[in-house]
Amino acid sequence: MNKILIESLSLQYSDGTESLRNVSMEIPANAITVLFGPAGGGKSTLLRCLNRLNDLADVQVVEGKVLIDGENILAPQTDVIALRRKVGMVFARPVVLPMSIRANLTYGLELAGEKRRSKLDEAVERSLRLAALWDEVKDRLDDPAIALSGGQQQRLCLARSLALQPEIILLDEPTSGLDPISTGKVEAALQELKKDYTIVLVPHSVQQAARTADYAAFFLQGELIEYGEGSVIFTAPKEKRTEDYITGRFG
Amino acid sequence: MPRLMKHIFPLNRHLIQRLGFAGLTVMAFLTVLPIVAVVIYIIVQGAPAISLEFLSDFPRGGMREGGILPAIIGTIYLTIGTAVFSVPLGIAAAIYLSEYAADTPLTRTIRIAIINLAGIPSVVYGLFGLGLFVLFLRFGTSILAASLTLSIMTLPVIISTAEEALRSVPQAFRTVSISLGATRWQTIRRIVLKEALPGIITGVILGLERAAGETAPILFTGAAFFLPRLPHSPFDATMALPYHLFVISTQVPEMPIKIQYGTALVLLVFVLAMNVTATFIRSRARAKRQW
Ligand SMILES: Nc1ncnc2c1ncn2[C@@H]1O[C@H](COP(=O)(O)OP(=O)(O)OP(=O)(O)O)[C@@H](O)[C@H]1O
Ligand SMILES: [Mg+2]
Repeated sequence: MNKILIESLSLQYSDGTESLRNVSMEIPANAITVLFGPAGGGKSTLLRCLNRLNDLADVQVVEGKVLIDGENILAPQTDVIALRRKVGMVFARPVVLPMSIRANLTYGLELAGEKRRSKLDEAVERSLRLAALWDEVKDRLDDPAIALSGGQQQRLCLARSLALQPEIILLDEPTSGLDPISTGKVEAALQELKKDYTIVLVPHSVQQAARTADYAAFFLQGELIEYGEGSVIFTAPKEKRTEDYITGRFG
Repeated sequence: MPRLMKHIFPLNRHLIQRLGFAGLTVMAFLTVLPIVAVVIYIIVQGAPAISLEFLSDFPRGGMREGGILPAIIGTIYLTIGTAVFSVPLGIAAAIYLSEYAADTPLTRTIRIAIINLAGIPSVVYGLFGLGLFVLFLRFGTSILAASLTLSIMTLPVIISTAEEALRSVPQAFRTVSISLGATRWQTIRRIVLKEALPGIITGVILGLERAAGETAPILFTGAAFFLPRLPHSPFDATMALPYHLFVISTQVPEMPIKIQYGTALVLLVFVLAMNVTATFIRSRARAKRQW
C-alpha cells in the first residue's frame, strides 16, 4: 500500500535555487525507500517536505502535492505538529538535546501531553530496544546524552523519533559519521523497523543504498531520474545517468 | 646585509618570540595595575570607616557622622526597580530579535538603534527621564522615575547580551525540537532559554551593575540629597550610594575623608559582588555546557 504519494512536487528556495522539479513518486509502507544521487540533488529537500521542516527554511515556491494517507500535508490547514509526530526524522549529524538520555527520549511525548511516568518509562524502553541501544544504556538512562559515543548518539536520535510512535521515519544520511560497526547496527535496526514503519532513507553511499533499498529513487539536480525496486535499479538501471552514477563513472 | 645581521644577532626566532611574549605580559600587567591600585587605595582609605554603625545608621551631624544606611537601601531599591522593568522587557526583546524577527530593514534598524542607545552618555538619559517620567508622566522625583530611567539605560546592554546568548545556542537544537513536534515557543522555553540562561543572567547582572553605580541618570529623576527616613513607596525620592558619594565629596565642607572613602568602598563592594557573581555563573555554565 502506498503510504506517501508525491504529485508533481516542485520547490524553489528564495535565492532562486530550484531544488525539486516536478517530482512524482509513490512510497510504499513497510519498506525502505532510498533516495540517492549526487550532492545538491534535492534529496534532503524532499525529505524535509515530508514533515514540513522546510517551513523553517527560506522556501519561495512549493507546487504540487504530498499526500500522506490520502491527505495533502502541504495544505496550509495541515496540523504540522501532529504531522511531525507522525513523521519522525533522523539527521546526518546526531544532535542529542542537552539533557539526559531519558529526557531526550521523553521530550516529544511530554510535549504531546503525556505525563504518566509508566507510559514514559515504557516508551523509553521500547524505543531503545527498537534502536538496538537498550542493552548499552539501560543502566545509565539519567546520564547526559552527550556522554554517549557518536554511534550510540545516532541510535539515540533514532530511538527519540521512535518514542513518538510515528508511522514514517525519515533518515538523512544517518550513518555518515559512523564507523562500520555502528553503521551495521543502524542498518540492522532499520531492517527490523520496516516491518512496522514506512522508512525513507537518504544513504551516505551507493553501497549503503544498494544494501538497504527495497525501492530506490535516483535524483539529479532536483529531478527524479529513475525510480523502481532496488534490486532492479542497482543491477540493471534503465537510465544511462543512473548507471553512470552507480558505477562511479559520474561527472 | 641580512647575513651580517645574522652574525651580529645570532638570536633565533625562539628568543624573539620569548621577548615578544614577555613584552605582552608586561603590558597586560600594566593595564591591570591602575585598577588594582585604585581598589587597594579605596580599601586602605575606606576600611577604617566601615563598622556596623556605618552600615546600619542614618547620616548624622550634617552627614559628617553616622552611617549611610539610606543610601545603601536606596541603591538596592533602585537596582531592584531597574530589574523589574528592564529584565522582562530586555529578555522579551532579545527573544523577539533572535528567534522571531526576520532579517528585514525594520529589525536591522532596531538593532542599530539598540547599539547606539548603548553609547548615549548617561546624563542624557537623566534629562530624558526628567522630561518623560518626572514631568510629563508626573511621577515626580521618585524611585519609580529613577528606576525607569535606569531601565532605559540598561536595556541595550541586556538586549544585546541576551540576544547574543540566544544566538549562540546551536541551530540544530531548534531544528531537532521542532522535528519532534514542539512549537516554536516550546522550543524556546524548554531548550533555547535554558541553554542561554547563564549568558542572559550574566548580561542582566552586568547591566544592573552599571545602573547601580550611575549618578547622572538619577540626579534629576529620583536621588535625594538627604532624607531623614527610608522611602515608603515607589513615589518617594531616595538616597543612593553614587549620588551620596558625589554629595559628600563636593557639596559638604569639612567632610571627614574616611566617610567618603568608606562610602566609595561600600559602592565598590556592591558592584564588584555583582560582577563576581556574573563571572562565577558564566564560568560554571561554561564548564557544564554540553555542546
Ligand atoms: N535552506 C536552503 N536555502 C537555500 N537553498 C537551499 C537550502 N537547502 C538546500 N538548498 C539548495 O537546494 C539544492 C538541493 O539541496 P539538498 O540539500 O536538498 O540536496 P541533497 O541532495 O540533500 O544534497 P547532499 O547529498 O549534499 O545532502 C542545493 O542546490 C542547495 O544549495
Ligand atoms: Mg542532503
